[in-house]
Amino acid sequence: MSTTTLAAPPSRASRIDHLDALEHRSVHLLREAYASFPQLAMLWSIGKDSTVLLWLARKAFFGHVPMPLVHIDTSYKIPEMIQYRDRLAAEWRLTVIYGQNEEALAAKQTFPDGNVDRLTCCGNLKTEALRRTLSGEGKRYRFDHKLGKYVVDTNREPYTGVIVGARADEEGSRSKERYFSPRSGENNWNIADQPPEFWNQYATEFAPGTHVRIHPLLDWTELDIWEYIERERIPTVALYYDQGKGERYRSLGCWPCTKAVTSDAKNVQEIIVELKSGRFANIAERSGRAQDKDDGGGLESLRRDGYM
Amino acid sequence: MSALTGSAGIAVRPLRLDEEGLPFPEDIASSGTAGGNAAEVEARMGIVIVGHVDHGKSTIIGRLLADTGSLPEGKLEQIKDLCARTAKPFEYAFLLDALKDERAQGITIDAARVFFRTPKRRYLILDAPGHVEFLKNMVTGAARAEAALLVLDAGEGIQENTRRHAYLLSMLGVRQIAVVVNKMDLVGSRQEDFDAFARDLGGFLGSIGLEPAAIIPVIGREGDNLATRSATMSWYTGPTVLEVLDAFRSQGEAVDGPFRMPVQAVFKFTNDGDDRRIVAGTIDSGRLRVGDEVVFHPSGKRTRVKSLEAFNRVAPSVVGAGESAGFTLAQQIYVQRGELATLAHEPQPVTATRIRTSIFWLGTRPLEVGRNYTLKLGTARVSVHLEHIERVLDASTLDAVTDRTAVLRNEVAECVLKLRQPIAFDRATDIAATSRFVLVDNFNISGGGVVREALATAPTRAAGSATRVALRAGVLWLTGPKGAGKSALARWIAAHADASGAKVELLDDDTLGELFPASGARGDVALRVRRIAWLASRLEAHGAAVVVAVDSPDDDVRRAARDQAANFVEIHLHASPDVLAQRIGAAESPPYEAPVQPELALDTGRLTLEESGAQVLAWLDEWSSQS
Repeated sequence: MSTTTLAAPPSRASRIDHLDALEHRSVHLLREAYASFPQLAMLWSIGKDSTVLLWLARKAFFGHVPMPLVHIDTSYKIPEMIQYRDRLAAEWRLTVIYGQNEEALAAKQTFPDGNVDRLTCCGNLKTEALRRTLSGEGKRYRFDHKLGKYVVDTNREPYTGVIVGARADEEGSRSKERYFSPRSGENNWNIADQPPEFWNQYATEFAPGTHVRIHPLLDWTELDIWEYIERERIPTVALYYDQGKGERYRSLGCWPCTKAVTSDAKNVQEIIVELKSGRFANIAERSGRAQDKDDGGGLESLRRDGYM
Repeated sequence: MSALTGSAGIAVRPLRLDEEGLPFPEDIASSGTAGGNAAEVEARMGIVIVGHVDHGKSTIIGRLLADTGSLPEGKLEQIKDLCARTAKPFEYAFLLDALKDERAQGITIDAARVFFRTPKRRYLILDAPGHVEFLKNMVTGAARAEAALLVLDAGEGIQENTRRHAYLLSMLGVRQIAVVVNKMDLVGSRQEDFDAFARDLGGFLGSIGLEPAAIIPVIGREGDNLATRSATMSWYTGPTVLEVLDAFRSQGEAVDGPFRMPVQAVFKFTNDGDDRRIVAGTIDSGRLRVGDEVVFHPSGKRTRVKSLEAFNRVAPSVVGAGESAGFTLAQQIYVQRGELATLAHEPQPVTATRIRTSIFWLGTRPLEVGRNYTLKLGTARVSVHLEHIERVLDASTLDAVTDRTAVLRNEVAECVLKLRQPIAFDRATDIAATSRFVLVDNFNISGGGVVREALATAPTRAAGSATRVALRAGVLWLTGPKGAGKSALARWIAAHADASGAKVELLDDDTLGELFPASGARGDVALRVRRIAWLASRLEAHGAAVVVAVDSPDDDVRRAARDQAANFVEIHLHASPDVLAQRIGAAESPPYEAPVQPELALDTGRLTLEESGAQVLAWLDEWSSQS
């Protein structure tokens, strides 16, 4: 598509209103979560969505982030992601916790080791690691700001509220999510029997042994995310931008299963132009994520078991 | 790039698509349809499509997506292919079946989100399932919508869920609706039949307070009167479905009403020397500026707004409905989550402990007279008791029944609720947002409702007539500033406890004596109160009615005491500063934080000891009889 056919962006004023409306709703949800769950955590994948979520927490709590940020480290994350995580942790004085499936890694039950398929690998290194980190069965490592490194966290209380950056437009099953979504002790999600949600009232009550996932970004689209990053000048990991090789990551994950897309977008503005140009219109955002293709039901079966 | 299927006068030409797979409105506009240019494109409007199962909702949505060119390239062909391979006849409804689940059951199970776009604006369709089994999902979709399409089958007419959904739309506050009479081809596409049908329908909708913007004859499968005018029903001159949608107004936030903000939290984050104490919440209606005098309900506390707060932007000079706000106060008054912030010079909300409500019930367990539930209104959360069911409306037939003691799933009823603590609200006819509540039963949101009006507190027994009352195991915690009369009232209560009830333990400064020394430092006082709270909870666990009357100035310490006890009754004694000064012989009382939602509040400056005692006994008597 030639650039001459690009229309002017929608009027600035209406766009700001749209982003403002999204921001206000997300902030409301974050504050409800904070008021309702004494053991609250926010998942931080280091990607653009959960980093916008982190920024929205700073909006909601006037510059503070009062809950821990939990990162599941598969040990196969692209190294720049981990550097970026620890840089922001120090700069913004964040409580960062990471957990991993140390048994599966030690037993080499991973796809890169050649012992299991991609989906089983996701199940081991993400789903199971997440379940154990949230429940407290698995070790939690907390960033110690004085020492400048991670130490074993003494808090093993299960998290009863977990904030997640899922967006309804990502793929089919996410369009069915509630803002507050109760999960069983085994992290299971019963899609056919979800609680009603209306009038700013959410499922904040929960039975012992269960927890609630909170989705403040449900109404945001990929374009909204990038426009908000631009408007707020939110620092993002450089992997999203073309570093001169004519490719960039559109969605971040583990290096063995995540491919870059062909693109010469070098900064946020160029990504926004690219998204609006429609060249990705028919290519799913997660098309670079190999595990999706191995699952006939999209991400649904992974999500039922607790994957993000 | 996809070519449009050529409807609604939209020229067939390649379009650019955005990340939702939708063409840009300016493209559609420039290709020759009426109205719309980029600058006028509105924000997204949420619409819901409701109606009885199998009346054609999914077909209509699929057809709207296809006819507005809102499908990703190849999607239509892909589904057609799949149908050919599985030997199923193609249906537009299949476009929506994003999930394996749905295909397996053949019914829409949730309010899935689908986007489409017209030259005028972008739409988010909240597809609401028609099966009665999934009414809570329909409610979830409809409550987020600004407008609704009510779909019915011309052959089947008004069915159970047509009425039920229409009634719920009215209760949920969806005011902009249009009716789509689908499958007109099955009744011969005749005008006489349609007109008779439209009359019946208009009458029914009018009876529940809904005025449809249009009643439209449609053949969903063929697309007649959806995006394009029908050739076979040329007698119909009203708007098409797309035209009526575009004519709906985006409902702006209610900035012109009185200011209402349920307090979500009061934040004080002390990291990095931040000493701001910020009252935070989302504004339901009205506007707020620096310097405004705010009143918090139900406590009635008031002060002025010192500053508006925000992160990573210049602090705003005004905030309004729809915004998540934060502000600091000129005076350090104690407010907390659950209160409703209003402006002193504007109409005030109602505070009550007994209310008449309209409720729709979604829970599998019935709503029963005599049982307790948790009511959540705004950010307030109180225990309620279903006192009386005035009438139950069968939402499918709209017949009223008056002699019921339970409301079943999917029924609508008018009920009287008795609240454990007062809450502040507006009547549904005044400000809708602050009249709406949900009821929680066993961890689940099981019903929703609106407050119709406040009722007088039911006369339990004449004040002062109770001479003795049988207490049950629990902690009666008397709190109030120095000089409020805690100890005297505690002794009076202990003396009037009937021997048939639980044994009474009195914990006051006299009985605790030197074992629990009282010193002046705030931290020491808090520690002492914690010890007493623990002792009280242990005594309660062994069946005692524990009456506590010690200085407990910190609200959070008292809340911790509440959490420890199985049954905690907080009785707040207060009096004017003059009265207190006179009683303690000093000009100024030590600092004291009043409770926000005590079970009982008594002005001991105006009431005699006997009168205060009688009120406590009356309250306890009713409390004992309830559980």
